[in-house]
Amino acid sequence: METVLTETMAVPPPERPRPPAQGPGDWARRNLFRSPLDAVVTVVSAAAVGYVLYRLARYVFVTGRWEIIRVNLKLFMVGRYPADELWRVSVVVVAIALYGGVVAGFVAARQRRMGVAVERPAGWWRRGVDLVGRLWPLLGGTLLLLALCTTPGPWIMVGAAIVAAAIGRLVGPRLPQWSALPLVAAAGACFAVAVWFLLTPLGWDRWGGLMLNLFLAFTAIVLCFPLGVALALGRRSRLPLVRWLSIGYIELFRGVPLFVLLLLSNIALGLFWPPDDRWSSTVFGLVPDRPPGFVVRAIVAMALFTAAYVAEIVRGGLQSLPRGQSEAATALGLGPVRTMFLVVLPQALRNVIPALVGQFISLFKDTTLAAAAMEFLDLYGVREAVTSQTAFQGQNLTPEVLSFVMLVFWVGCITMSRESQRLERRLGVGRR
Amino acid sequence: MATTTGRPPPWRDVRVLAWAVQLLVVALVVAVVWWLAGNYRANTSQQGLRTDWSYLDQPAQFPIPNSDFRQTQPVKDAILVGLANTLRLAITGVALATVFGILLGVGRLSQNFIVRSAARAYVEFVRNVPLLVLLVLAVLGIVQNAFPRPSDSWVLGPIAVINVRGTNAIWYEGQTWRFFVAVVVALLTGVLVARWRRAVAERTGQAARGGLYGLLAGVMVLVAAWLALGLGVTTPELEGARVRGGINMTPAYFASLLALVVYTSSHIAEIVRGSIQAVPLGQGEAADALALSGFQRTRYVVLPQALRIGVPPIGNQYLNLMKNSSLAAVISFPELTKVTQLAVANSAPAVPAYTLLLAIYLVISLAISFVVNLVNRRLAIVER
Repeated sequence: METVLTETMAVPPPERPRPPAQGPGDWARRNLFRSPLDAVVTVVSAAAVGYVLYRLARYVFVTGRWEIIRVNLKLFMVGRYPADELWRVSVVVVAIALYGGVVAGFVAARQRRMGVAVERPAGWWRRGVDLVGRLWPLLGGTLLLLALCTTPGPWIMVGAAIVAAAIGRLVGPRLPQWSALPLVAAAGACFAVAVWFLLTPLGWDRWGGLMLNLFLAFTAIVLCFPLGVALALGRRSRLPLVRWLSIGYIELFRGVPLFVLLLLSNIALGLFWPPDDRWSSTVFGLVPDRPPGFVVRAIVAMALFTAAYVAEIVRGGLQSLPRGQSEAATALGLGPVRTMFLVVLPQALRNVIPALVGQFISLFKDTTLAAAAMEFLDLYGVREAVTSQTAFQGQNLTPEVLSFVMLVFWVGCITMSRESQRLERRLGVGRR
Repeated sequence: MATTTGRPPPWRDVRVLAWAVQLLVVALVVAVVWWLAGNYRANTSQQGLRTDWSYLDQPAQFPIPNSDFRQTQPVKDAILVGLANTLRLAITGVALATVFGILLGVGRLSQNFIVRSAARAYVEFVRNVPLLVLLVLAVLGIVQNAFPRPSDSWVLGPIAVINVRGTNAIWYEGQTWRFFVAVVVALLTGVLVARWRRAVAERTGQAARGGLYGLLAGVMVLVAAWLALGLGVTTPELEGARVRGGINMTPAYFASLLALVVYTSSHIAEIVRGSIQAVPLGQGEAADALALSGFQRTRYVVLPQALRIGVPPIGNQYLNLMKNSSLAAVISFPELTKVTQLAVANSAPAVPAYTLLLAIYLVISLAISFVVNLVNRRLAIVER
């Protein structure tokens, strides 16, 4: 017996798997030179990437003629907005920053109360690094724009916006728990006030630049939202006529290009407007200008188009909700309408917020189509006005202008998409 | 009156209420449409605009570059030319975008750091910029700025000659229908041979090598059919400042194709990556445990499951590409939208012309989604 035992003892225990070595050489072996073929791939692709980076750097620092951007920066940002009224834009930007800070603080506090674990690095230095890692495209883009500025105004605006966001972030957690709905209502009210405030010096048909792109995208998505939700509910309705109508609308607008809708709207929306001599032109003053201006034409087409996509997104949210929710509501004695609006819809909408942000991003990119279909001076449409200035005429500067426009769009879209991915993780879509 | 029997009063009867709601909604929609139609009629008669479809038969009075369309031909012929251009752009774009998208998506999952990072940078950049800007940059920045003048064209052997006036590539010579017959016959042979090999493999247990056999058979049949049908090959040649032979792609077509492929492939890459990552890791590990080779693991285990997840969103991207091809009108590529714009500029009535345009796009979209649904149904898990 003893011998057997000693023999067993003598067998060395199996070697434990070693953790992968961490040195730079090991990293390179794993990621660059796994096999001879891999080494070839590494060399070839490194050469290709190096060449592209070299050409890019040459374009940015040597051959690119960026004077046109610096001179026309205001045109790119706000179009022909009068210079001595620019403080209005600054006020609105600061107000948006304040509101964003308040909402972020409120949501964070709410999640803490509900016991949702949010991984957050400890210490303000770590948190700062985390924030820069998260928002570097936005921070870099803003710094670039500020560096191009010749006046102190934008610096003051950005500083004030940062301070406002910080204040909002501190105030947000202290708001009472019932503030969620008032905050949403406040957003709507503030949006209307901000538009009115910006409209005072000149009508929106003469707005321009990035401001116009953001305004178009935001207004279109806000306006299409009620229609989109109604269509989503209609598509899931048990009433056949309502369902067919919704399906017809959704499939029609999802099957045609936005660009064609914008062209049609540009040329023909006025034909569907009430003619002067009919009673309807004065109903509540709802149809103010005749023929409708560019912005109205663009927004109508974009809102009708986006409503179909929003409907599909909301339908996804409704379908993802377990039946138990509505059954529980019914068991509590709620009628169908209250079940839908108090129990099902709020949860469904919360779940589709990231998808809605995605839709907003694509709408933001598509605002350039409005300029291609009409005579806008938005970020894209302004290029002709800029390249035909006497100082820059006939120098073929459009590539430079478009590169800049592309960069601005990239900064906006990548920031939104990264933040929406983070929001998705935070909301725990699919997990709760 | 006792309410224990019979129906509830109509204002509480679900059936009555359902119909009332539906009628209300329909009445509302009809009222809005009727109101809009009334406005339209009043406005057009006030301004003396035509609203009928007779413009389709009238002479177009505008030329279409790079086609044998004559100005005296009716508008409907012009629309057909535009339709052909749209389909050409969309089909070529879909094929190229699929290839590049899959390569990029697989590249994002590469174990090689440089390939992985380059693919990621490309995808994250292109996905977040407007297609329109890419399109105009492709024309102004690439084709007109970077391409050489005709006299010093880039000559890629017999395959292509590229210069600022356009790109000429190697192409078939002969009648179109013969070319299609040859291609279809070759494809069919390849598929049938591959199937036969697989059947043999199931019976005998030999290695199937269906792809190899199919490819060989397909190529042989293609060559045979090519010769039998009297098809030829035309290669581009540079003669001084002129290019002869080959198929010509105008700068506008080349730039549209480039922008559409670049943009859509970045979206397809994300879908491919997502669907490969969505296949549980255990599946690949199980393939390894069964000693399948790397190729077999991808081909028979991972890819079929990833395809099932990826096909519907990729189909959506095909649809988007087709719809986005309307943007080529901005750089004057004469596809459907541009032709309609030209027609409207030459006194075709706007609302009917654009309605027809929307209808054509809608029909193409529905056709694409029909095909995608068909493929999807074939790939979907058969559930009990």
